[in-house]
Amino acid sequence: MHELSIAVSMVEMAAEEAARHGGVRVKAIHLKLGPLSGVVKEALLFSYDVACEGTPLAGSRLVVEEMPVVVYCNVCRAERPLASIQYFCCPICDTATPEVRCGKELEVVALEIE
Amino acid sequence: MMSTPRLVTVRENVLKHNDVLARSLRGRFRAAGVFAVSLVSSPGTGKTMFLEKTLAALQPHCRVAALVGDLATDNDAARLARTAAPVRQITTGTICHLEAAMVERALEGWNLAELDFLFIENVGNLVCPSSYDLGEELRLVLMSVTEGEDKPLKYPTIFNTADLAIITKMDLAAAVEFDLAAAQRSIQAVRPGMHVLEVSAKTGQGMDAWLQFLQARRAESGGRIAEEFSIPSKAASR
Repeated sequence: MHELSIAVSMVEMAAEEAARHGGVRVKAIHLKLGPLSGVVKEALLFSYDVACEGTPLAGSRLVVEEMPVVVYCNVCRAERPLASIQYFCCPICDTATPEVRCGKELEVVALEIE
Repeated sequence: MMSTPRLVTVRENVLKHNDVLARSLRGRFRAAGVFAVSLVSSPGTGKTMFLEKTLAALQPHCRVAALVGDLATDNDAARLARTAAPVRQITTGTICHLEAAMVERALEGWNLAELDFLFIENVGNLVCPSSYDLGEELRLVLMSVTEGEDKPLKYPTIFNTADLAIITKMDLAAAVEFDLAAAQRSIQAVRPGMHVLEVSAKTGQGMDAWLQFLQARRAESGGRIAEEFSIPSKAASR
């Protein structure tokens, strides 16, 4: 369970960003989260509220956009979303596809401020 | 008067601080010619035994050191120190994984240029370590024959982020009716093309293949391989 330390990092990052914008209030953090980030959404949401307590972000929301794992299929010569992260094969032609193009995201994309 | 919320684009990796530090460590390791290898597995897979035998086999031929992460106790460091290699324990307290900053702190005072290999044994955990780059050149994921052939399917992320899978405790394979083909299928399902080695640190089975693999990878990475650096064929036995 490392989600709490990740939530704390996010809150610190957002507070710094808010300070840079002249002390605005952060209403929400928008996060892109990939299945290969090693971070569990539910645990992160739970940790987020704990991490916000007593900080300028108390009462803010965490908005998580879950990303698919996208691989590159050498046979189709195309990017394909995986149906399951237990099976790294092209969903169309079933060729093994180790080349991950997307799915490792743990990225703050935007802040909602006022 | 209420102001309207507005969106500010940020685009920042949450683990940026760790990633930046890990990249700087990787740069330091490369500049010093030390090949850094990290080990991840569940608790009890046999990382320490495997590392103990690896250090002992490498030591006559090259300069090795190890960092070992655990929540508590320095038992593993004490075990590894019997090999006479420099070893430091990283006690993480309640933290379930190593981070680049912990590795950096643990290296203080060591002259990396005097090393050929640095091994970093992570805390026993197949989940959290997958998120943290430690600056290593090679990440091993270990699973033992007693853990079940479908372990990779249960923890796909760590297997997907590793460079080499090692199946440990092969000497127990028959006793626990381990299905090697099924384990191979599980690994290949989550990481197609992953190289897999089967070892028993206890009997020495597969240790030569592992040491050869390690040597080859270090050579590929452009490390300074000493002229006399070669692994004798019986390096790992008993």
